[in-house]
Amino acid sequence: MTLISTIAADRPLLHVDNLTKSYGGRVGCADVGFDLWPGEVLGIVGESGSGKSTLLSCLAGHMAPDQGTVVFETASGPRDVLSLSEPERRRLARTDWAYVHQNPRDGLRMGVSAGGNVGERLMAVGARHYGQIREKASDWLGRVEIDTGRIDDRPSAFSGGMQQRLQIARNLVTGPRLVFMDEPTGGLDVSVQARLLDLLRGLVRQMGLSVIIVTHDLAVVRLLADRLMVMKSGRVVEQGLTDQVLDDPQHAYTQLLVSSVLQV
Amino acid sequence: MTDQAYNFAYLDEQTKRMIRRALLKAVAIPGYQVPFASREMPMPYGWGTGGVQVTAACLTPDDVLKVIDQGADDTTNAVSIRKFFQRTAGVEVTQSTALASVIQTRHRIPETALSAGQILVYQVPIPEPLRFLEPRETETRKMHELEEYGLMHVKLYEDIARHGQIATSYAYPVKVEGRYVMDPSPIPKFDNPKLSGSAALQLFGAGREQRIYALPPFTDVVSLDFDDHPFTPTKANHDCDLCGASASYLDEVIIDDQGSRMFVCSDTDFCETRREMGHVGRLGTPSNKGAQA
Repeated sequence: MTLISTIAADRPLLHVDNLTKSYGGRVGCADVGFDLWPGEVLGIVGESGSGKSTLLSCLAGHMAPDQGTVVFETASGPRDVLSLSEPERRRLARTDWAYVHQNPRDGLRMGVSAGGNVGERLMAVGARHYGQIREKASDWLGRVEIDTGRIDDRPSAFSGGMQQRLQIARNLVTGPRLVFMDEPTGGLDVSVQARLLDLLRGLVRQMGLSVIIVTHDLAVVRLLADRLMVMKSGRVVEQGLTDQVLDDPQHAYTQLLVSSVLQV
Repeated sequence: MTDQAYNFAYLDEQTKRMIRRALLKAVAIPGYQVPFASREMPMPYGWGTGGVQVTAACLTPDDVLKVIDQGADDTTNAVSIRKFFQRTAGVEVTQSTALASVIQTRHRIPETALSAGQILVYQVPIPEPLRFLEPRETETRKMHELEEYGLMHVKLYEDIARHGQIATSYAYPVKVEGRYVMDPSPIPKFDNPKLSGSAALQLFGAGREQRIYALPPFTDVVSLDFDDHPFTPTKANHDCDLCGASASYLDEVIIDDQGSRMFVCSDTDFCETRREMGHVGRLGTPSNKGAQA
């Protein structure tokens, strides 16, 4: 596990306890608890409908869980995310947090140029100098390997892989500490996927990001995640170090999951 | 003269009361968009139904009304609204900015400085400054509530990225008293500085969108900009060809088939007053007040 971090690592960055969300009688996720440490990448895998996305939405504050606590280590000490007022939560969501959607169209403004998309978070936290905003946007486009000559093109003129990279740049520009990713490689072909993963891995190591990544692709977590949580029917059935879980699965469902991966 | 089939100023008293309540709230929270139950008016949406309702709620029999459209007193919209109130309220009307107590305007602020006691009523097509940036009304209201106005600067950023400067030339967004971002209705940005610190009460009515907002006298209004691209009011770089004014907002008029053009004050009252005072522009002739009357 990498331990690059800017804050004291004697407390977890995110502490989750007994998180439960049900949709009427149906279970979304039940009794989920874990600690996420600074600089750590946590993968959440499971089949469709296993509660991965529900869990992520609850953590990111898009949905209110029925029970449980989510404590985030803010710059000014630990805070219970669920009891934050809405302005505080939205401020957190555009400074310390980032959310990468599966479909870049959900996370980007399609009618606004690439530079404007990257600059939006900067302007949202008070940047009012055009030259500096543009410089930073162009720097970030370079870091996600988008030709800076395309800074004034709209995302609709970009390929799917470029849109996803643009979304990542837009999210990371304010230097968040915790990034939520919902199937960031979904819908991309394998070579583009590989490039995106490479890029993500570089950025995560370089910036010391903590990441919670939801996916159903075991190859993605094998590459990115330090630790793995396997979910089934809304519950965590197994968790541990990624290599340990994937190489020596204990739970019957994890064994099935690992053995279902197609070999080329 | 007054049409006795209608209540004073067309609207019934209960409706006027409802509008006045919205106006009071709007004045109390400068720049905040107050919803109101906009009525159907005997004119189409887009012709100033919001402004007409606000004017109707403000008028008293002693008022002197002036109506302008793009600065002019003699265009269709201005003439029809003026006639409407002459017929339904029987109030005195004028073309003089200084003599009017209520001025309903579309797309301009008069050049002559307004004084205390005057009311300026704007016709507003789209009250929401964030409309084309964020399509969800629920979300834009939340953004106003939480003062999240970063998106407004994204629009200005896009302008500079595409045109090298802030190309928004009308409906230029402003921040009111350091709190609410407001659409000043489609006035040219040349007029934006006049919004701030005005002695007159400024009321904004959007009929189709059912919103009223206001700037009480001497409200601080700041046009949004970037540190390195400051706000600049712009106008055509000419003098008025009729009255020679160099600092008024100008209309460009094509005058023949060869493409010759002239620039004239868009504020007709301002232009005529100057000509009566003896100012003459490049293509103007000295005014003869007797002949005009």
